Amino acid sequence: MKKHETLQMFLRSPAAILGSCLLLLIMLFTFVGPHVYHVDPLEMVSTPFMEPFTEEAAWLGTDQLGRDVLAGLVNGGAMTLAVGALAACLSLLIGITLGALAGFYGGWIDLLLMRVTEFFQVLPALLFAMVIVTLFAPSIATIAIAIGVVSWTGVARLTRGEFLRLKTLEFILAERAAGAKTSRLIWRVILPNALAPLLVSATFAVGAAILFEAGLSYLGLGDPNVWSWGRMIGDGRQYVLDAWWVVTWPGLMIFLTVLSITLVADGLNQALNPKLRDR
Amino acid sequence: MATIANQKTALLAVKDVCVEFRTRDGMVDVLRQVNFALHPGEILGLVGESGSGKSMTSLAIMGLVPKPGGRVKSGQVLYRGEDLVQASDTRLRQIRGARIAMVFQEPMTALNPIHTIGRQIVETLLLHSAFTKIEARQRSIDLLREVGISSPEQRVDEYPHQLSGGMRQRAMIAMALACEPDILIADEPTTALDVTVQAQIFDLLRDLQQRKGTAILLITHDMGVIAEMCDRVAVMYAGTIVEQGTTAEVLEAPMHPYTRGLINCLPESRLSDADWLAEIPGVVPALSSLGAECAFKERCEFQTAACARSPDLSVALSSVPLMSSVSGDPRPFARLVACHHPLLASPSSVVSAP
Repeated sequence: MKKHETLQMFLRSPAAILGSCLLLLIMLFTFVGPHVYHVDPLEMVSTPFMEPFTEEAAWLGTDQLGRDVLAGLVNGGAMTLAVGALAACLSLLIGITLGALAGFYGGWIDLLLMRVTEFFQVLPALLFAMVIVTLFAPSIATIAIAIGVVSWTGVARLTRGEFLRLKTLEFILAERAAGAKTSRLIWRVILPNALAPLLVSATFAVGAAILFEAGLSYLGLGDPNVWSWGRMIGDGRQYVLDAWWVVTWPGLMIFLTVLSITLVADGLNQALNPKLRDR
Repeated sequence: MATIANQKTALLAVKDVCVEFRTRDGMVDVLRQVNFALHPGEILGLVGESGSGKSMTSLAIMGLVPKPGGRVKSGQVLYRGEDLVQASDTRLRQIRGARIAMVFQEPMTALNPIHTIGRQIVETLLLHSAFTKIEARQRSIDLLREVGISSPEQRVDEYPHQLSGGMRQRAMIAMALACEPDILIADEPTTALDVTVQAQIFDLLRDLQQRKGTAILLITHDMGVIAEMCDRVAVMYAGTIVEQGTTAEVLEAPMHPYTRGLINCLPESRLSDADWLAEIPGVVPALSSLGAECAFKERCEFQTAACARSPDLSVALSSVPLMSSVSGDPRPFARLVACHHPLLASPSSVVSAP
């Protein structure tokens, strides 16, 4: 019934279908790829700067150390996607919690939490994330935490806004009149009603986090033990004029990943937002 | 100070309740010394204009005065002798929904749009009773059948937006009745519904009250509804009760000028000889500007120097013969009025049938 409606609306948008298919392919590539394509991304397989499509050993060319770029792409995605998902989860967790409390209680709690939110909003996000990653040894966890900690403000504001709108509705009063506890009101009554816009913003957050991770890796702040697309771009950036393929392939992968996620988010937005449905 | 006759038999006694709100103009009293009692199995009507404090009274009973900003300043809400104003949150939650339940005006917004109505009834049941989920589901189907929803086995899995307005209000009533409360507070339960559905909902409420003995506090702005539904009526004006008595007494011989004005506003009313529809001159005063004078003074045709002091709600002695002759109700409910110059029954008004 209602769930089917949403699914139908989602599938009606060609962009959403394209995005989902693309995302599925990228995930297959990332998670199944390493089991099919057994080449170590750190091993020298050929001479440096082999052009793509010239040698069978390294189809997409080799980098400055003669490593296989395709092997790098296959093995670099997991880190990128994992950090993206983890960071998005963390920013949702912080953002929803603070936004819900601020919106529900109002008054001085709202005032305090919103000032904290503004503090994080005006901090230069990349710089702050760099500081966190530099202070603690870079790893999947610290990078995800760094990205999560700097990117929750939008979610918090959105959640707060939804709570401010929803808490005045009569069914919240009706739930109270039926004897519901405050915790139940916040997490089981109001939050589920606010989930549609939050789901959309969470999906966008994954895309943003992936870009963030790429940026950090590009600046050399990635986990040195883990291969990632961002790091490939960072390593190859000095040679971009001589060997375009070293940075282009991973760049394309990041581009396609973020694009597919954005398309999915947009499709979700249209399916879940009744005001956009008739477009 | 006005007290209500026979406190001991009252299921719910609201005594001198004052509610104040913080606004830009300072503290404003939205309820001023509200007094009434609700007895087992009766339907008490609370009538008044928008902003007279009817809904705030119901929220004060439930301990749901909006916070921050509002609070019960003084007074007691005695449920079976227990003061709900002083009760803990935990105790209040046990009472809300289980012993005192509410039905709201707009059934579309009063139901959670993302859950099926069955789930919403089940959750209320699970909150207050030891039912298992399967038992609760069966009970919610029974409840839906009881409030006159056809094929409840299917309806139980439908979402509020799939039901008609009348159906939704029935579902809302089913939810309120889930735990067999002693008191049902119905806040304008039919205002959002069309007229034919209104009559059905009232039939349902009256039927439930008769079968289960649930006392109903019916909040409305419609004197017609009062005439049709209520055993007794309390008239609210500017945050306080100005007149109270059995429905027959109040409708036939209103003693407060405001009540008479309200009744004259009814198109079918025969209290007024005029060909046009009567209206009460002036507007409801801003609650923030109320002083010590009678709140109705500015709009009242009978105002005198005495009206500079706000009258207490007190037993209207002059009505005693009328009460015994007209009212068939054996219970000794006091006829109360808050006016320095209560209107006396005039021969013309006694003629009109309720």
